Amino acid sequence: MYFRHIENAASATAVPTSELTRRQFLKLTTLAGSGLSLGIVLPGCGTGPGGAGSAGAASGPLAMPFLRIAPDNTVTVISKHLEAGQGVWTGLPAIVAEELDASWDQMRVESAPAKVPMYQNLAFVPLGAHAQLTGGSTAVANSWQQLREAGATARAMLVAAAARQWNVAAGEITVSDGMVAHAGAGRKATFGELAGSAAKQPVPTEVKLKDPAAFRIVGREKLPRLDARAKSTGTQQFAIDVMLPGMMTAVVMRPPRFGAKVSSFDAAKAKAVPGVIDVVQIPRGVAVVGRDMWSAKKGREVLVVTWDESGAEKRGTAELMKEYRALARGKEAVTVVQVGDAEAALAHAQKRVEGEFEFPYLAHAPMEPLTAVCRLSAEKCEIWAGCQFQTLDQANAAAAVGLKPEQVTINTLAAGGTFGRRANPESDYISEVASIAKATGGKYPVRLIWTREDDITGGRYRPLNYHRISASVGKDGKVAFRQRIVGQSILIGTPFEAILVKNGVDPTAAGGSAAEQYDLADAHVSWSRPTVGVPVLWWRSVENTHMAFSKEVMIDELAHAVGQDPVAFRLALLGKHPRHIGALKLAAEKAGWGSPFSKEKGRGRGVAVHESFGSVVAQVAEVTVKGDKITVDRVVCAVDCGIAVTPDIVKAQMQSGIGYGLSAALYGKITLSDGHVDQTNFHQYQVLRINEMPRAIEVYIVPSTNAPSGVGEPGTPPIAPAVANAVRAATGIRLHTLPFDLAAAHRA
Amino acid sequence: MSIKLTVNGATRELDIDPQMPLLWAIRDHLQLTGTKFGCGMALCGACTVHLEGQATRSCVTPVAAAQGKQITTIEGLSTAAGRAVQGAWIGLDVPQCGYCQSGQVMSAAALLAGNPKPSDTDIDAAMAGNICRCATYVRIRSAIHQAAATLAAGTPAAR
Repeated sequence: MYFRHIENAASATAVPTSELTRRQFLKLTTLAGSGLSLGIVLPGCGTGPGGAGSAGAASGPLAMPFLRIAPDNTVTVISKHLEAGQGVWTGLPAIVAEELDASWDQMRVESAPAKVPMYQNLAFVPLGAHAQLTGGSTAVANSWQQLREAGATARAMLVAAAARQWNVAAGEITVSDGMVAHAGAGRKATFGELAGSAAKQPVPTEVKLKDPAAFRIVGREKLPRLDARAKSTGTQQFAIDVMLPGMMTAVVMRPPRFGAKVSSFDAAKAKAVPGVIDVVQIPRGVAVVGRDMWSAKKGREVLVVTWDESGAEKRGTAELMKEYRALARGKEAVTVVQVGDAEAALAHAQKRVEGEFEFPYLAHAPMEPLTAVCRLSAEKCEIWAGCQFQTLDQANAAAAVGLKPEQVTINTLAAGGTFGRRANPESDYISEVASIAKATGGKYPVRLIWTREDDITGGRYRPLNYHRISASVGKDGKVAFRQRIVGQSILIGTPFEAILVKNGVDPTAAGGSAAEQYDLADAHVSWSRPTVGVPVLWWRSVENTHMAFSKEVMIDELAHAVGQDPVAFRLALLGKHPRHIGALKLAAEKAGWGSPFSKEKGRGRGVAVHESFGSVVAQVAEVTVKGDKITVDRVVCAVDCGIAVTPDIVKAQMQSGIGYGLSAALYGKITLSDGHVDQTNFHQYQVLRINEMPRAIEVYIVPSTNAPSGVGEPGTPPIAPAVANAVRAATGIRLHTLPFDLAAAHRA
Repeated sequence: MSIKLTVNGATRELDIDPQMPLLWAIRDHLQLTGTKFGCGMALCGACTVHLEGQATRSCVTPVAAAQGKQITTIEGLSTAAGRAVQGAWIGLDVPQCGYCQSGQVMSAAALLAGNPKPSDTDIDAAMAGNICRCATYVRIRSAIHQAAATLAAGTPAAR
């Protein structure tokens, strides 16, 4: 369900996609001659690590929807996906370069404009959505077939051009490392030399894709990231770095409680601050515009706003959690999964374990606070941002300024992290900047910056969650599971509800339970949906952040209850899940699970395995517990993500997912008191720093010939339960509340 | 008010509030955007620059306090340690989203300038003020060790 098996969805659309590609390709190659480029052309505002999105030389490019070969011999891949650190600006070019037989040195990348169906995410097409978006760890998976075909098509056209020029048979021509050659004729040419004539060749109706055994770029152990240099020298451009002539900077005063609205405001003091240009009301608050960030911020400090809080959420998280506990014991719920008879199995169990789990709200806190730039004229609106939902961002910006979506140009820049935050159905920060541009009459381009306080207190959190679980092992060894999940829906009330919510179940709230991931004869999983005014959103790995935790901790406790080894116990329940077995066995083997672990006091080892977004990840964590402090010494991670297109980036994403998940396990917590968010910046919303990153993280990739699946998110879910299981092994303490609080556990 | 700042060797006179944090003067008035805004409270290190060679959080340093001092941003980083750090960063593909990396590089270069052969514990101590939400920390440690080795061998890598 949902994105758990996205690779099937992507391959199912391969045929119509290639049809589409060819049709649009024809149209675009015709246009290419007239100087039209697919890139984003903004002087001084290059969107890719290759620098400015250049239209190439005056003549002679081979321009296609997904790549452009220029006379200067560069091959620029046009990325329909946002680069937010996950590595698509390297992964997508790798796929094209492979089928094109390009040299890695000649590869460049730039962002695609907002355009559907051309740049829609194919993973969502079978669900009925036609949108350009990056999410659900789908970028490489949905692009795999599409970009292989794009690369192979361009290659065939280069070959056809060479065959014609050299008057030889196309079948005798070889292409290798960016060079087209004919041995017999003693001829060779670069891609750049052939691009112009290749553009005049007929587009092949069918292309032959490589045998994966012949891959030399895809799967290369160390393929340098195309953005590493720009990001190591301060030259990578993010939205916050966009400088347009005459541009002003805005900050917004937003409601002190979620759901409050502006009643009135007094701008006199703010306008008296030197450098403040305008103070305007927008639907989400009051914007202060200044000639620079400092004046806008100083202006906001003295802005007086009166709020109408009649519709605001005024509960605190302690109160909410109390309500959630009651809901978990009530009858109001929808069934997510039901197999066999969980009640009967639990009643006759040999061993039974009960668990209650609490998960806080979590802020994404990407390092680049939300930022967007807007330039508005009567006929046109231009947006620069780290856009994650281009199609929705375009529509929402259009609605905010009163133009049609096609009048809105989206310039997608590298994002300074997102973890899901920049993908929200209302395009909050983009709508805001567009609204400010509208309210100020388009007098000047405007850049909106959220401060860190705006970010931490701004909502769209991973939902607060409560799980209540009864699990048992029967006399026949069979495992039964009954789970109630209480948490807000992310999807209901958004455009995604129609395509993803089935039978009242939001898979982003309650997917990925033990009933889906283990072979259980008896299981009942249900979900209660409280109505809360705190806006929520997907947070790196979405429902898996909490579902994997309670599942893997309960399975471990069951194994412990019946005196079985946690790995062996899991393997016995995974007969129908061969990829889980593969990842789990590999992680266990590399961690030395078969050998006795340290008997040192306070040391423990724990394991967890979970599938999300089509990939399976198993992790073994080794910890040391001293007093109330947990130190994670070593993590061994195994991932099955199908073919690993860029193995070093797969490893980087596992390291990243582990660090991000560990941050939440040790520190992450947003609380509210009377509807006010208690945390404002990193001193209160603490995140993982280098001194607490495990000294040893080893990542192993399960060899696979399956189509690629995601890696941006799947590394996150297993780490918290693996650590909790290690702490229990070390101390006997059951950690069921996130973030971990050993002091509280010791008191209890 | 007129403020004189010497950034990357060039002195510029700016008509700005003396209390304006150096970060915003560098970014908004000198258009040097490699230095990043992350928290505004010296909690994350994204805004790290060198003030007389010392790693300094520009988001809490008023421009008045930086007058008359040598300010180096990522754009002007040209020390042997700086080049070695950037070479290692690129070679090991440290960056992911990349947003914090200017600050990480500036902190690492300052560390190596004072301690050419840091241990993991030294690295943790010197770099704990720089947050990376992509958690590139494992590679940051490796890259600092590699840069130290490069410096010791006396062949600063080209960046």
